[in-house]
Amino acid sequence: MHSLESYLYVSAILFALGLYAVVTRRNGIAVLMGVELILNSANLNFLAFARFGGVNLAGHIFALFVIIMAAAEAAVALAIVINIYKNYQSINVDEISALRQ
Amino acid sequence: MSNLHSLSHYWPELILTATILIGIIADLFYKPKDSGKTMYWIFGGLALTAFAVKLLSDSPAAILFMGTLAHDPFAWFFKMLIVLGTVIVLLMSGKSSELKNQSVGEYYVLIGIMVFGMFLMVSSIDMIMVYLAIEIVSLMSFILAGYLKNDKSSNEASLKYVIYGGFSSGIMLYGFSILFGLTGTTKLYEIGPALATLDGTANFAIMISAIFILAGFGYKISAVPFHFWTPDVYEGSPTPVTAYLSVAPKAAGFALLIRFFSAVFGTGENVAAGIIPVSSALPWPQILAILAVMTMTLGNLVAIQQESVKRMLAYSSIAHAGYMLMGLPMLSADGISAVMVYLVMYLFMNLGAFFIVMVVQAKMGGDSFSDFSGLGWEMPLLGVAMTLFMFSLTGIPPTAGFIGKYYLFAAVIQAGPSFYWLAFAGAVNSVISLYYYIRVIRQMYLEGERSETIQVPAFMTSLIILVLAIPTLVFGVYWAPIADWVSSSMVFAIPSM
Repeated sequence: MHSLESYLYVSAILFALGLYAVVTRRNGIAVLMGVELILNSANLNFLAFARFGGVNLAGHIFALFVIIMAAAEAAVALAIVINIYKNYQSINVDEISALRQ
Repeated sequence: MSNLHSLSHYWPELILTATILIGIIADLFYKPKDSGKTMYWIFGGLALTAFAVKLLSDSPAAILFMGTLAHDPFAWFFKMLIVLGTVIVLLMSGKSSELKNQSVGEYYVLIGIMVFGMFLMVSSIDMIMVYLAIEIVSLMSFILAGYLKNDKSSNEASLKYVIYGGFSSGIMLYGFSILFGLTGTTKLYEIGPALATLDGTANFAIMISAIFILAGFGYKISAVPFHFWTPDVYEGSPTPVTAYLSVAPKAAGFALLIRFFSAVFGTGENVAAGIIPVSSALPWPQILAILAVMTMTLGNLVAIQQESVKRMLAYSSIAHAGYMLMGLPMLSADGISAVMVYLVMYLFMNLGAFFIVMVVQAKMGGDSFSDFSGLGWEMPLLGVAMTLFMFSLTGIPPTAGFIGKYYLFAAVIQAGPSFYWLAFAGAVNSVISLYYYIRVIRQMYLEGERSETIQVPAFMTSLIILVLAIPTLVFGVYWAPIADWVSSSMVFAIPSM
């Protein structure tokens, strides 16, 4: 478990799972969880590359910023989903289609 | 430049930050029904910001904050353009009937934050800063799209926006992480040379990361096939927000695209001199050209079928992103300056078209083609202005849109016979677009009852229409100032290595 490759494999699997969740899930929250998985797979990449690639701190810094942005994005996204639930009584992304008559 | 020295070149952003904070605090002191007054604070702050950008443009180009931000004429150009677009959108928002019954203090503050994000977007030369800037702009646009909390289509717009937006920035981030892994740096101008030293085995990884990153940028400028969010978000958002999203973030997205790809996948320093050499193994000209043709063709073909003028303009803005992408495949300074000229022209005509839609929505309660019936006779100013904007969006002389298209096509044709097909595709698309733009004019003058009385719009409404219509006409005849401005802005700050 102490090689760069193993981390990259885990992150690729996370990325694929996130992609799968975004494409197949119909529940708004589950789609957002898929997005979080994608962000975290990228984070894992940054950290693995920074750890194994030398003394470069940029990867760690990048990961920190991504965590902060992901938190901000989750806050905004959940607020939007709550508002959707108030108006539609549903968070199924297929049912929310007033547009495109 | 060190952090402390950089601050002296960072006045516009500092003023913006102060403006945003003042806006938030000022909003607390207003009664909900007066919250629209927050606009004046943001308005004043933006004027000061523009002034600061102008003052700083005498100073030489520099790299700020240890190589994260570029302070150069290219960034100043886009900053001015963004402030100009924002000021016009602020005026439009003040007249919006959709926002009238809302507490709008935060609305103006959010627009202020978005301007800050776009300032970072147009000047960032570090992947961390690129990501942060894109996310700042995206988060603010999610909230703005859903600003009408009780309106179902606004809700839907923000949900779709947040899902597609989060998704595409996640994909882009994964691309960044691969690029970081290959090169060990986040600085754009160090990535290019580092990529050049890699041998052929890395080509596959470079390609994957480039395509992932293109997905993120393509989303920002709504290029096909990353455009899915555009029609629904544009239709559901409050109209001033739609107008804003179709102009300012798109301009910032193009700035970022040009800077990123010329730094990372070209060698960067020759941008101003002419051709950008491509160092990677990817066929960039072909990829970008195909992207451009797909974007404009899909935008135009679907726009024809729309019954709502607002949604038609959403697809038309996709088509215009395609026209602008036409300037990039040649990877030449001519192409880039053509895109910049087009963005200036596009700002006026597109904001104008959306503003007329907004006025019609307030008057008729809808934005379908039938709501425009007889408008030309009833409100002559609106009719004439809309006709002008539609002609300009099609690219008929003597309007600004024609000059923009002229620059784009000239840049494509100058690049040689291998790009003639691109110019041909662009010309065919312009003809297709004529159909649905003319349809608006036909509806305004030939359909519906011819009204006997003439309605004069309110003073502010007429003023905004004139502010947008006069440049659309004047720049079609006398565009030398724009051309000069653009050619003096083609200077990029390149860090010394």
